Amino acid sequence: MNFWLIQSLNSLALGGVLFTLAAGFSLIFGLMRVANLSHGAYFMLGAYVGLSVLDQGWGFGWAIIAAGVTVAVFGAVVERLVLRRLAGNSLAQVLATLGIAFIIADGSLWIWGGDPRSVSAPEFLSGGMELFGATFPKYRLAVVVISMLVAIGLWLLLDKTRLGVMIRASVDDMQMARAIGIPASRLFTIVFCLGAALAGIGGVIAAPILSVYPGLDADMLPLALVVVILGGLGSLAGAFIGSFLIGFIYTFGQVLVPDLAYIILFLPMVIILAARPRGLFGRISA
Amino acid sequence: MTDAKLSVAISATLLAGLLSVPAMAAEQEPLRLGFLTIKSGALAAGGKQMEDGLRLFLKERNNMIGGRKVELFVGDTAGQPAITKTKAQELVEKNKVHVMIGPLAAFEALAIDDYIRASEIPTIAPSAAAEDLTQRKSNPWFVRAVGTSAQANHPFGEYAARELKYKRIAIIADDFAFGHETAAGFQRSFEENGGKIVQKLWSPLNVADYGTYIGQIKPNVDAVFAAFAGGNGIKFIKQYNEFGLKGKIPLLGAMTTVDEGILKSMGDEAVGVLSAGWYSAATDNPNNKRFVAGINQDYKQDPGYYSIGAYGAALMLEEAVKAVKGKFEDKAAFMAALRKVSVPTDPRGNINLDALGNPVMDVYIRKVERVNGKLVNKVIKTYPAVTQFWTYSRKDFLASPVYSRDYPPATNLEK
Repeated sequence: MNFWLIQSLNSLALGGVLFTLAAGFSLIFGLMRVANLSHGAYFMLGAYVGLSVLDQGWGFGWAIIAAGVTVAVFGAVVERLVLRRLAGNSLAQVLATLGIAFIIADGSLWIWGGDPRSVSAPEFLSGGMELFGATFPKYRLAVVVISMLVAIGLWLLLDKTRLGVMIRASVDDMQMARAIGIPASRLFTIVFCLGAALAGIGGVIAAPILSVYPGLDADMLPLALVVVILGGLGSLAGAFIGSFLIGFIYTFGQVLVPDLAYIILFLPMVIILAARPRGLFGRISA
Repeated sequence: MTDAKLSVAISATLLAGLLSVPAMAAEQEPLRLGFLTIKSGALAAGGKQMEDGLRLFLKERNNMIGGRKVELFVGDTAGQPAITKTKAQELVEKNKVHVMIGPLAAFEALAIDDYIRASEIPTIAPSAAAEDLTQRKSNPWFVRAVGTSAQANHPFGEYAARELKYKRIAIIADDFAFGHETAAGFQRSFEENGGKIVQKLWSPLNVADYGTYIGQIKPNVDAVFAAFAGGNGIKFIKQYNEFGLKGKIPLLGAMTTVDEGILKSMGDEAVGVLSAGWYSAATDNPNNKRFVAGINQDYKQDPGYYSIGAYGAALMLEEAVKAVKGKFEDKAAFMAALRKVSVPTDPRGNINLDALGNPVMDVYIRKVERVNGKLVNKVIKTYPAVTQFWTYSRKDFLASPVYSRDYPPATNLEK
C-alpha cells in the first residue's frame, strides 16, 4: 500500500517537473516548427539564476521570478538575433539552438563553476510529512500543486485570451493566420519568451529535487523530447498528459523492471512513433 | 639599408644564434610534465580539484622537482575517451612530455592504455580507480596514486559487520563499473564476516531522481550502503533525509559519496554518515595540515579525493626523480624507480606501491561531523597499510573474475 502511494506521488512530482519543461518546448515547436534543443539549457540556466538569487538571501518566490525573467530576456535575444535571421531554414535553426545550448553550458560552468550545488526548498516546505504511516517530502507535493497551477494558467492563456486564440490559430494554419492579419512575427517572439521563461521557472522549481550541476541540461533535454513525442507536438494537453504519463512510466518502470531502467523511457516513445507518429494529442505531425 | 649592411646584420644575427646554442644546451632541459584533466562537462569539478592539487604542489616546490625545472602542459579531455586519446598524443608527440599525470576517469585511462604501452610514456593515474588497471590488465608504464574502487571498502565491510554489528544491509550504487566494484568489495568482506546483503539497487549514473529508489529500500535493514560518484551523493543524502530515513536507518557511504569536494555543498543531512577512504582532510598529521592549509588558502575549500590524488601523484613523481638523481631521460630506469617508489611525506601517511603499481596505504573509517560550522570527515579508526587485495592472496584474487554487478554473486538477496 505504502509502496504504491509513495511511488505514485513520486511519479506525480516528476510529472510536474517535466510539465514545466515540456510545455514551453511543445508551444515553441507548435508555433515555430523549431525543435528548440537549447530548452534543457534554459532549464539549467533558470536553476542557476535561481540559485544565485537564493544565495543572496532572497526568497524562493524571487528566485522563480528572477529566473523566469532572465531566461525570457535571453530567449527574446536569441529569437530576435539568431533564429529570426535563419527563418525558413528549420535545420539551420535547430543547429543554432544546439550551439546556443553549448554556449549556455560552458558559460554556466564559467560563471557558477563545476561543483554540483544543492538547493534548499523554502523553509515551510522542507522536510517530510507523514502520509498513512510513510514519510513523503513536502516539497514534492508542492511541486505537483505548482505544476497544476502553471497548467491552469497556460490553459486560461491559450483558451480564454485573444493572444491564446492567435497562438492556436497560428499553430493550426500559419499561412491563413497571417492572411487574416495575425502579427505572426511578434507572436514568435512572445511564444519563444514564454517557452523559455517556463523552462527557467521549471529549473528553479526542480532544483531542490534534482540539485544543480553541469550536465543538468543534457539530462533534461531528452526527457522533454520524450514527453512531447508521446503527448504530441504543439498541444498543451499533450504536454500535460505526456508529462505525467512519463512520470509514471519512468518511476514504476525503474521499480518493477529495474533491468530496463535505461530504455523504459524510450520504449513508449518508439511504440508511439511507430503506431501514431503525431503523438497522443498531436495537432501536427513531427 | 644597403645590401652590404643587410648581409652584415644577417651574419651577426646568425652568429649570435650559433653562439647561443651551446649556452642553452649547458642548461639542463626542463622536466616536461603532461597533465590530462577535465575542464568542461559534467566531470569538470573533479578536474578542477585535480588541477588545484597539482598546482599547489608545483607552487610549494617553486616549480622544481628533484632539482629540475618543470614545464607543465595541460590537456583538457572534456571527459571523452576519444579526446583523451588525442590529447595524450598531443602531449607526447607535440609537447614531448617526459611523464604524464592523468587522466581523471577510468574509461579515459582505458582509452589510452594501448597508447601508453606503445609510446612507453611513464603515467601516474591521480584518480581512476578501476580494479583491473593494476590487476589483471596492469600496464608496465602505468602506476596509480589512488586506490582501487574496492580497496577501502574491503576493510569497511569488515568494520560494518564486526564493529557496527550490522547483520543486514541494503546497497544502492551508481550503475557503472566504479559503483559495481565498490559495492562488490564491501559485499564480499561484509558477508565473509557474517553479514548479509539483502538488497542491491543500481541507479543509472544520470538518474533524475532518487525518490524512486529510496521508496524501495527495505525498512527492516540495519543500514544502507550508498556508493556514488560525482555529485550524486548530494542528491541522494538530501532525499534520504526528506523521505524520513535519516535517523531511522544508518547510512554508510563510499569515499566519494561524502567526498570533501561535495561535502561543502551538503547540509546537516550528511552529519553522521560513515564512510571509508584513504584520505580525509581532517587527518591529523603535519604533512596533511600543510596541504590542507595550502588548498584552503589558494582555492577556498577543503581538498578531497581528486586534489589528494593529483598531489600524491606529484609526490610519487618527485620521489622517483630523486631516486634516479634527476636523470629521468633514461625512461626504463625512471619507470623502474617509479614502480618502486615510496613516499613518506604524503598527507595520507606512508605510501608504497605494490608489484602491480597500486598504492599500499592506510584506510580510514570516517564520520561526517560539523566542526566549527564546517562539515568534515572525522577519522574514527585506521586500518594500516591496506593493499588492493586486502587479506586475500594475490594469486587467488587475480584468478577470480574482476568485481562486477554480479560478482561476487549476492546469495542473500530477499525478494
